[in-house]
Amino acid sequence: MLKRDLLLAFRRRSDVATTLFFFLIVSSLFPLGIGPEAAVLSSIAPGVLWVAALLAGMISLTRLFAADFADGSLEQMLIAPQPLALLVLAKIFAHWIVCGLPVVLLAPLIGLQYALPNDALLVLVLSLLLGTPALSLIGAIGAALTLGVRGSGLLVALLVLPLYIPVLIFGAGAVAASQHGMSAQAHLSLLAACSLFSLVLAPLATAAALRISVE
Amino acid sequence: MLMAQSLTCLRGERLLFKNVSFELSAGGLMYVLGENGSGKSSLLRLLCGLLTPDEGFVFWHGQAIKHDAEVYQADLTYIGHLNGLKDDLTALENLKISAHLSGNAVDNNAVLNSLTAIGVARCANMSVGVLSQGQKRRVALARLWLTRSSLWVLDEPFAALDAASVDVLASRISEHMSNGGMTIITTHQDVAINAQSTQTLRLSA
Repeated sequence: MLKRDLLLAFRRRSDVATTLFFFLIVSSLFPLGIGPEAAVLSSIAPGVLWVAALLAGMISLTRLFAADFADGSLEQMLIAPQPLALLVLAKIFAHWIVCGLPVVLLAPLIGLQYALPNDALLVLVLSLLLGTPALSLIGAIGAALTLGVRGSGLLVALLVLPLYIPVLIFGAGAVAASQHGMSAQAHLSLLAACSLFSLVLAPLATAAALRISVE
Repeated sequence: MLMAQSLTCLRGERLLFKNVSFELSAGGLMYVLGENGSGKSSLLRLLCGLLTPDEGFVFWHGQAIKHDAEVYQADLTYIGHLNGLKDDLTALENLKISAHLSGNAVDNNAVLNSLTAIGVARCANMSVGVLSQGQKRRVALARLWLTRSSLWVLDEPFAALDAASVDVLASRISEHMSNGGMTIITTHQDVAINAQSTQTLRLSA
């Protein structure tokens, strides 16, 4: 299932590029709008970059199950002898590799635009690496619940964004802490805890939501 | 043996059918007939466990299908209205993935043989998105040559097929029946399938 979704993503490279360019453009708009003052930019950087990453992950969420739902492959997954939660986990992991990981890798480059010092850049990458899996995992629940609903894009945002708040707070907090010369370890640990917690619960919740949506 | 006990299905406020009961044993073929909208597809989805009946139960070898879903689903092949094929993958890739998903990994040769059997071998390496409706349907039905499951649930398998493919598919189903398989089928066409026992379930709207 993981291999299949990665292959599909590879065949539809433009979709992946959309997410990445969205992140790139949104996070580049702020320096253009606010002006080149390094002190201001570096103080808003953690929040802005994290919000951009969050939104970039979210716009790709509606596609997570929609295509499989439309062409009937989701039905086949539901009646496959494998545990549905495991198949769902593979799909979420593929979504993260395609939409989350590129953002993580691109982040240091964007961080430079915001005049972030080196150690803050490192913490930014670490926090995104630990936090973006939680975004994909939590988002999958929302995507599954809104499957087949009209205007599901907006509904996903309303459902999922509030749940993203803890991840945003700890993620941006980690970067801000390291900017102020404090240790980011507490924030990073909490971020990892968010990801692990959603790793356990999200596949099960998503599987249950999918069964309801397909009925 | 598949047994359905007084199944009732509501869609929203509307009653589709109630008190549907039947038994299907090895080698048995069941036609589900009825007008459009009489609930044929819903009944099939219900038998697969995709829908939960509002009343009644479905038993597989004496066990409720919800009780041991993974065992039941390993014995089940369902081909619905939707083909379940990804447009961006080739016919070969699609079939390999779906076989893998149903817990029965197959190699390229087996897939090619199945595509040859239903006459779409030359589409093997084309992406499904460029195929015609009939060709897509045949690629989806090629799964019936790969599966080892004993219960087949087929929703309008003959729709969109040409006469030659209908014959090929009918003989494949007959072969499955003579091997002691079970088939539940909805169709509007009169197709001859040989089975040890044939029954008809008529749903009236």
